[in-house]
Amino acid sequence: MLETVWFLLWGILWAVYFMLGGFDLGLGILSPYVARSDTDKRIVYNTMGPFWDGNEVWLITAGGVTFAAFPTTYAVMFSALYTPLLLLLFALILRAAALEFRSKVEGKSWRKTWDVVLFLGSFVPALLFGVAFANIFQGIPIDADGNFHGNLLTLLNPYGLLGGVLFVLLFAVHGGLWLAVKAEGDLSVRAGRVAGQLWMVLLIVAVAFLAASWFATNLYGNYIAYPWLWLVPLVTVVALVTTRLFMLKAAWWKAWFASCLTIVGATLFGVVGLYPNLFPSSLNPAYSLTAFNSSSSPLTLKIMLVVALIFVPIVIAYQTWSHFLFRDKVTSEDLASDEAY
Amino acid sequence: MDVVMLSRLQFAVATYFHFLFVPLTLGLVLLVAIMETQFVRTGDEEYKKMTKFWGKLFVINFALGVVTGITLEFQFGTNWSQYSKYVGDVFGSLLAIEATTSFFLESTFIGVWLFGWKKLSPKAHAACIWFVAIAANLSAYWILAANSWMQHPVGYVIRNSRAELTDFWAVLTQPYAIWMYLHVIAGAYILAGFFVMGISAYHILRGQNIPLFKRSFRMAAIFTVIFAVAEIGIGDIHGKEMMKVQPAKAAAAEAVWETTKGAPLYLFAIPDEENERNSVQIFGIPKLLSLVALGDANAEYKGLKEWPKEERPPVAITFWSFRLMVALGLFFAGVSIVAVLKRNKPETSPRLLKLLVFCIPLPYIAAGLGWTVTEVGRQPWIVYGVMKTADAASNLAVSQVGLSLTAFIVVYAALGVVCFWLIAKYARAIPEPASAPGGADFSSAHVVAADK
Repeated sequence: MLETVWFLLWGILWAVYFMLGGFDLGLGILSPYVARSDTDKRIVYNTMGPFWDGNEVWLITAGGVTFAAFPTTYAVMFSALYTPLLLLLFALILRAAALEFRSKVEGKSWRKTWDVVLFLGSFVPALLFGVAFANIFQGIPIDADGNFHGNLLTLLNPYGLLGGVLFVLLFAVHGGLWLAVKAEGDLSVRAGRVAGQLWMVLLIVAVAFLAASWFATNLYGNYIAYPWLWLVPLVTVVALVTTRLFMLKAAWWKAWFASCLTIVGATLFGVVGLYPNLFPSSLNPAYSLTAFNSSSSPLTLKIMLVVALIFVPIVIAYQTWSHFLFRDKVTSEDLASDEAY
Repeated sequence: MDVVMLSRLQFAVATYFHFLFVPLTLGLVLLVAIMETQFVRTGDEEYKKMTKFWGKLFVINFALGVVTGITLEFQFGTNWSQYSKYVGDVFGSLLAIEATTSFFLESTFIGVWLFGWKKLSPKAHAACIWFVAIAANLSAYWILAANSWMQHPVGYVIRNSRAELTDFWAVLTQPYAIWMYLHVIAGAYILAGFFVMGISAYHILRGQNIPLFKRSFRMAAIFTVIFAVAEIGIGDIHGKEMMKVQPAKAAAAEAVWETTKGAPLYLFAIPDEENERNSVQIFGIPKLLSLVALGDANAEYKGLKEWPKEERPPVAITFWSFRLMVALGLFFAGVSIVAVLKRNKPETSPRLLKLLVFCIPLPYIAAGLGWTVTEVGRQPWIVYGVMKTADAASNLAVSQVGLSLTAFIVVYAALGVVCFWLIAKYARAIPEPASAPGGADFSSAHVVAADK
């Protein structure tokens, strides 16, 4: 029971990270295509200014919870995915530097360099998260001792790459909508338009991914066994379509919220399908790491549950307040402030 | 080199680099919070300018501290998977709880503070920086409790072929954790104090915006002297605690080979690990070591030969790191006492000011040396007495870790250079002199319209 609760919480933490980190990663991916002038670029940076740091803590918590609740999974997953994880880390580190450093120095080549870093530092993590999760959905070649039999190229298989492209598109649309909400004038219009174009591609890739999952993974097993679970993918698809409907009405806030729901739904679709596996083995199902054979002791799970039940609602409360506080568009007046990126 | 050694080096690179940013974050945030509180209390614009000037340096430093911290968390899984499997039940929960209770608070409110100058009332804005300060200092406790558990594991039992938690409270409140925390925190405050004094000294020497920097100097001098003097006592107690639970580390830190009653303290020695002796040892003060470490001048001090060779930590590194750290700690106490005596008229002591500028890097070095004693001195154990470092690594290829270690060195070196160059650039910038007192319009006034 405790294991199942933590499995769900684990999935929710990833879902929230993708929902929040997703818009700032998406902004980084879209920036070269929608932001033309230096002012445009600064607006892109500043729309995520107060948030990106708090967003990233959801990733740290997701990682920490994997370690604390499922230490064996954490150990095997992180060492098996060694190269992609380190690439991801470098990308995130350089990206943070880009956000913090870019506007602190005048000079075209300085700023241009960091703009490229922001793009790569956003694109690479989005792609790798998708590749990693898709590979987890279809199983990883690990043996009974959790040793990984493969390399980075093993993970870059067609289904894995499809997952990567799906994540890049989900985040790019999400970031585009955020910019449509937060920017003014032309930039907002361009962001909304690009988000709309990408949404079309996203729809095709999402359908392809759902279809490919039928053949490449066992994700649908749980849905066939418990048909009420179909609600999860159903809500996700409805949210994805609703996102577009709101976009057509230029209701950007609503479209962004629908996009949030799409990302959470998409993540949970995978997580629910995966249960009870956390890190399935493609060599032999008996080697798979599950919520039950890789979990911490009941005492640790209980203590963490108490902490999570008290503090996570508080975190949600103050992060929501922060979004409320910075609900306005980013204006040129904001850029003149001394603290602006 | 094997995977274990490469992984150790990689962890060392990541930790030293991370700890270039952490102590300044821990200490400077408190000083900035005090400055802003003073502004809110008195309405004196000068305090607001101080808050903005030091706050800017804080923020540049902060970002890299955050992201290099993720690396450390992830490396337990990537490079030390046997360790993670074996102790994750105890160790992992501390990291997860740290993120949930502290790191969220810190990272969310730094954003609110930085971008919220015009959106919040002065009081609410000052409250935000206090949240950051409290969260940062709280988060350090969780991490150091986790590290203390590696030094002195408590509250666990070996069950299901791993370490399982039995007493969470014991893990959190063991004396080792408390004293290590106080030791690290005081060190961080000293570092931040010297940082502020050093940069203030630089400007005072050049006659630039003297009122602001004199006030900063005064505040930092008082702040520093408290912790620099307290650190001597805290370090002593922490050392005695280490003596109790990690006698082999203590013996290495003092390069004592033979068990001795009334052991002398040598200020200088060259340990010769091959022949299990010191090839040179001079400036011995009779019985001092037994007195300091054991509280009794005639007490028996256990020498390294009590342990088989394969259970001793590297002696020379531990010994020298410890010696230098202690020497620097005493030096900081001395300098900060002089600084606090001159706090009202620092401009009359240009030599002190010049010295303080050169002192800026020294607490960074002391902190690095302290971690060297702690971590190298714990060897060959990863969890003292429970698990050897050699058994803890992931099953990776040498090429994989070699490549990632190289990447770490290259990326971190580049980022470190850029970050400290930026800090230096903004540290040298001259804030505009304060407008006439009384004109405390919260929403106006920027420090420098620097480079926008």
